[in-house]
Amino acid sequence: MSNAKITIIKPKKLFSFADLKEVWDYRELLYFFTWRDLKVRYKQTAIGALWAVFQPLLTMVVFSLFFGQLLKVPSDGVPYPIFVYTGLLFWQFFSTALADTSNVLIVNQAIITKVYFPRLLLPLSTVATKFIDFLIALIILIFMMIYYGYTPHLVGLFILPLLLLITSMASVGLGLFLASINVKYRDVRYILPFFIQILLFVTPVIYPAGILGKYSWVLALNPMMGVIQSARAALLGTTVLNWLLVSISLLATACILAVGIYTFKKTERYFADII
Amino acid sequence: MKPIIQVTGIGKKYNIKHQQGGYVALRDVLSNVFRNPFSFLKSKAKELTGLDKKEEFWALQDVNFSVSKGEMVGIIGRNGAGKSTLLKILSQITPPTTGEIRIDGTVGSLLEVGTGFHPELTGRENIFLNGAILGMKKQEIIRKFDEIVKFANVEKFIDTPVKYYSSGMYVRLAFSVAAHMETDILIIDEVLAVGDAEFQKKCLGKLEDITKKEGKTILFVSHNMALIKQLCKKTILLSKGAVKMVGPTDDVLAFYANDKNTTEEVQDFLPLDQAVSKSGVRFSGVKISNQKGHSVFQSDDKLKIELKYESDLKEKIGEVRIVITIISELSEQVVLRLDSDIPIQTISENIPAEGTVVCETQHLNLAEGSYIADIDFLIGGISVHYVRGAGKFEVETSLDAYHFKKYPDNTVCDNIIKYDFKLK
Repeated sequence: MSNAKITIIKPKKLFSFADLKEVWDYRELLYFFTWRDLKVRYKQTAIGALWAVFQPLLTMVVFSLFFGQLLKVPSDGVPYPIFVYTGLLFWQFFSTALADTSNVLIVNQAIITKVYFPRLLLPLSTVATKFIDFLIALIILIFMMIYYGYTPHLVGLFILPLLLLITSMASVGLGLFLASINVKYRDVRYILPFFIQILLFVTPVIYPAGILGKYSWVLALNPMMGVIQSARAALLGTTVLNWLLVSISLLATACILAVGIYTFKKTERYFADII
Repeated sequence: MKPIIQVTGIGKKYNIKHQQGGYVALRDVLSNVFRNPFSFLKSKAKELTGLDKKEEFWALQDVNFSVSKGEMVGIIGRNGAGKSTLLKILSQITPPTTGEIRIDGTVGSLLEVGTGFHPELTGRENIFLNGAILGMKKQEIIRKFDEIVKFANVEKFIDTPVKYYSSGMYVRLAFSVAAHMETDILIIDEVLAVGDAEFQKKCLGKLEDITKKEGKTILFVSHNMALIKQLCKKTILLSKGAVKMVGPTDDVLAFYANDKNTTEEVQDFLPLDQAVSKSGVRFSGVKISNQKGHSVFQSDDKLKIELKYESDLKEKIGEVRIVITIISELSEQVVLRLDSDIPIQTISENIPAEGTVVCETQHLNLAEGSYIADIDFLIGGISVHYVRGAGKFEVETSLDAYHFKKYPDNTVCDNIIKYDFKLK
């Protein structure tokens, strides 16, 4: 075990490929962080894992009642509950991952100021935790699809991982950016819930993307719009799958992710000094 | 022999702005920009062109030393000498501004016991989590698991959430995980100053064991001279961000004890954050010094605390009581409580709307270490401004003044007194 590893500590460069390798070397810690988050959450809430199901389910019921039944929001010809649940599934994955990633440095400051590990592990583990929640909530969707008699297209099943990738990239990218600002300006965390709520209304979760008519392209700037619309197209056959839209979303999130990682790396050099 | 750690020209620059304010609110920054766009642009331009020099502060400058394999090296120095910064750089928590460190081997750092321990998780779960955070592999933890539990002596409670642990059990478990790390180099920051005396002895034994038997290299920062003397053959003395002396522990400790040049006069009041006060009366500054006006105390020095206060009131403030609590940073125990209600000679209950209250004591008789002062302003028995950690001072034991031949163990007791033993 001696002399197996040589560490050189010097002023940090902004980016190097060694960083990526390091994240891989520390993959066990990534697992432990995720495991901790899940374990702690399910220990603290009495109903445990049911919470992951309960949250989107209850939201779906309330939304179906008010938007579907009372306000008669159009739903591209599919029953409103399954329409809104498909949207909520991805939306909750995105919004909870975004919110937690933005606070990840502050929440873990005790560890950050005392031990070294690649800081990128923290946001990654957040997304992994939320992904588990997504999988649990997905079970409800499967039941609903059986109940309403929908079979997904074969393409649909293949595109799902891609959509999940886009969602993760979007939440991590934006989350890293906000996390970096959050370290410097502590009031950002109070603005964030409001920001996420506004995002919900400019994303076609409770209404179909076509609602704006010829101005629908405006919504396409929001990567989550492409994700949710494609998910509905693939699983419920609401519209034809729009590959252009998926590509735009993928490209947009790649940009967001690049900006997020850049900001994070830049702040990483000094955030242990200021938190 | 080739050194295992080679530190060359390490420097660390801090931005004082970052250091002082704690954190800034985005709201304030934005409103500032809109209110005075020109002064904002001017300061931004200064920052970019590097003209803004006075905001900089070098915590470490041109630090060079090397450590050979199997050595146990102590690092000492006064508060603000740069010890913690050096440890943070060595542990890669914060990068240096200049210089390079070359380390031949794996590093484990223990700047705190129980980093990442989660109160909701059981002892077993925390061993895995903490181990992983410290850089251990899962297989390694599984292999050492029984040993860790046995060393910590918590077999019975291993499946109990650690929030139900006594503080002693908690610390024992945390130290035990750290002590079983399989790294070549261990960096330790005063973590031994915890737990009961018996466990401390066990820890020391374990540390001596791992340097001797396993050939591990240990860097050890402490205020506890007795411990440094016992454990380390070689010691590095830091002063004002630079290495002042490296050499055999006895020589360095002797030099350190006699070196009074680093004693600085306390000139200014330390400003206090005023935003936290709920009422019109608040502390605005604090100054702590000994009878000579210095910031570093000898154990038998007298303490002088000056508290500047101000208020929005026009008249005198009535029913005033001021309480100063001195807490040892090491043991987190209250060592002194100075209450303006207690002494015969004290301030009157009605004091001017603003001014300075001074509290002077007799000989402190405190053991070596850092002490923190909490201050409380009470009106009519109600606390109107309480500042936790308003001031901090450091005490050094002088052996001569107490007729001591060795340093008393400050991990066991914070107070010292002159005494002797004889046969009757």
